[in-house]
Amino acid sequence: MDAAAIRGIIEKGLLQIAPEAEFDDLQPTENIREELDIDSFDFLNFLIGLNEELGVDIPESDYEKLITMNDLTAYLEEKLQ
Amino acid sequence: MADFIMPSLGADMQEGILVAWRVQPGDRVHHGDIMAEIETQKGLFEIEAFADGVVGPLLVQPGPDKIPVGSLLTTINAPGEAVVEKTAPSATRIKISPAARKLARENQVDITSLRGSGPDGSVCLADVEQALTGTQVQRTVSSGKSKKEMKDFKTGMRQAIAAAMSLSNREIPHYYLSTDIDMSRALSWLEERNRQRSIRERLLPVVMPLKAVALALKDVPELNAHWVDGRLDLKKEVHIGFAVALRGGGLMTPALHNVDCLDLDQLMAAVGDLISRTRSGKLRGSEMTDAGVTVTSLGDLGVRTVFGVIYPPQVALIGLGKISEQPWAENGEILARPVLTATLAADHRAGDGHLGAQFLDRLNRLLQEPEKL
Amino acid sequence: MAEQMRTITYRDAVREGLREALQKDERVFLMGEDVGRYGGCFAASKGLLEEFGPERVRDTPLSESTFTGAGIGAALGGMRPIVEIMTVNFSLLALDQIMNNAATYLHMSGGLFNVPLVIRMATGGGKQLAAQHSHSLEGWYAHIPGIKVLCAATLEDARGMLWGALLDPDPVLLFEPSVLYAMEGELAVDAGAVDIAGARLHHEGRDLTLITYGSCLYKCLDAAEQLEVSGISCDVIDLRSLRPLDEESFFTSVAKTHRALIVDEGWRSGSLAAEISARIMENAFYELDAPVERICSVEVPMPYAKHMEEAALPQVKTIVETARRMIHG
Repeated sequence: MDAAAIRGIIEKGLLQIAPEAEFDDLQPTENIREELDIDSFDFLNFLIGLNEELGVDIPESDYEKLITMNDLTAYLEEKLQ
Repeated sequence: MADFIMPSLGADMQEGILVAWRVQPGDRVHHGDIMAEIETQKGLFEIEAFADGVVGPLLVQPGPDKIPVGSLLTTINAPGEAVVEKTAPSATRIKISPAARKLARENQVDITSLRGSGPDGSVCLADVEQALTGTQVQRTVSSGKSKKEMKDFKTGMRQAIAAAMSLSNREIPHYYLSTDIDMSRALSWLEERNRQRSIRERLLPVVMPLKAVALALKDVPELNAHWVDGRLDLKKEVHIGFAVALRGGGLMTPALHNVDCLDLDQLMAAVGDLISRTRSGKLRGSEMTDAGVTVTSLGDLGVRTVFGVIYPPQVALIGLGKISEQPWAENGEILARPVLTATLAADHRAGDGHLGAQFLDRLNRLLQEPEKL
Repeated sequence: MAEQMRTITYRDAVREGLREALQKDERVFLMGEDVGRYGGCFAASKGLLEEFGPERVRDTPLSESTFTGAGIGAALGGMRPIVEIMTVNFSLLALDQIMNNAATYLHMSGGLFNVPLVIRMATGGGKQLAAQHSHSLEGWYAHIPGIKVLCAATLEDARGMLWGALLDPDPVLLFEPSVLYAMEGELAVDAGAVDIAGARLHHEGRDLTLITYGSCLYKCLDAAEQLEVSGISCDVIDLRSLRPLDEESFFTSVAKTHRALIVDEGWRSGSLAAEISARIMENAFYELDAPVERICSVEVPMPYAKHMEEAALPQVKTIVETARRMIHG
């Protein structure tokens, strides 16, 4: 799976919890939770969605590494290899 | 036979719109079954039956009219009980001032088409005059909300919050207490527990203080109460209002039921379910009125200390800040520890600071023994 | 030519009215508890004994029934007595004389005997005089056919109502709110008798009619000023005469404002406010754009403690809040 496909899945997941999100305005290095006003419950739901869609296990200790779009895509790419 | 009326879902509600019936006349219902959907300034709610029985004739049809709180909608009859025909006077009777009625009649204005802006939602002179000049806006109900309706809804919610919070600050003499809680035991216990579980079964830290609040309230029941007519009405069950921010603004504090009886997994599921139903507008009427106390957690945005405004008629609000590493002095050493600042805003009419201090102390002790939560 | 004004207290204005009456008409005399040597328990008749002598300014025993009865007899005999009862609370001891004799003679004598008697009494709370000295019972008297009931809220009326009352051929009760005796204000140098009939409009507006009398007039005027700032303008009506009521004054006003709020220091149940509200409902129903509302004293014996007395009496804040609610819902 390439980076663009992964990004598509991330955006789909984010849209479910933040339907009004505009990804054109979101820079790849911006803090996603701050920019889209996502609380810890919604973020957990988002990660559960990724887990179910991609079959990737995300241990709790890794949550704090997943801040920006770049972080997320890189993390998932590595896990999927 | 018991009357099923337009319920009051909060001190600030005066009327509601019957959006849909979820039962038919003659249906058997049990306590807690959904009877109808009601729309208020705060959104759409499912209203439950409060008794077992058979649904009587539906006296009000769904429609755009605002129906005053207390209006008869239908009856719930004991099985086998003869159904007495009742009429629903207040649903069809329009509240209109005598002067407005006279002006409307003189000018042949259809008063059923008017929206009231006077006391108790009554149609007053100004409303008829507006209709005469053609500026009265007709309200329509549709399943999806247009942008304008969404704006009306937000304005309505803002007004409802404004009314409740003004009342609170005007009438409730608040006192505030705060305590720092060392969360290292709680967090390492949680981390260990989450490590063994799949992502779907993992817990978020907030459920621990939530459960601890419920248990602490069992020891200090005076804070789980309503202040009504100058006296304290203690709640037997621990229903905690949980502040949920809505996307795009606004706030609701629906109740988590019987939190003291839920284990942490059940509580996690209940919180997740409540947040998603709050944001999608699928709350139940009882969830809007049952809470004996409110918890608001603003830690996600880095807030350290919450100074809350109590939601009347409740007498306490517990604020939870961010769990963050702080210098912590213990046994002559300074260490870095994860610290949660918990605050209590309480009604001084209903109790004194000593009570509040007991509560926070109990909360702190409970969080030092996470395995017992 | 501009009127010449001077500063005067309500108490001194009452005394001027008394002196004028004693000077103008030989048949007039004043009697009551402590009105002579002590100068009146509110000092309204101070100096009059020295000026007019003990025949015309008479101290009486502490027996309201006796000296009110004597006043009725003197009036029947051709005099023009002014009876002072210390406060309305004590007038209950004379109620039999007022109601069963003064109010009835003209009717029971087939129109032969008028009773040209004036009874003055202090009324109302606000001076921490507790439950036996502070009630507002004038509404009860306004229930009785055969008498007129006045309440002087202003310096003009304190000065001039007495002579108007003495001109009336039938019994007149003249109430003086005790909290107003010390009030100071401007009064024309040549102020004299006033017409005792009719209400007076003190403040003009378009949104709400405040109907009141006595010391509550000033609370209503304060409230009207505060409301004016937030864009609500009020008619403020001083009833002046509680029996007969000048109904036209408030019917006319309600026809303009479409809302009425009655402020009455009496207790709400069976009050004068209730009567006014009923008359508006009967006569001006189709003018109303909101229910008529009332602000009355809390239904308890008047408390002594200052903060509790304040809580029991109508206050400006309540008037303002009620008015806002009536208009903005």
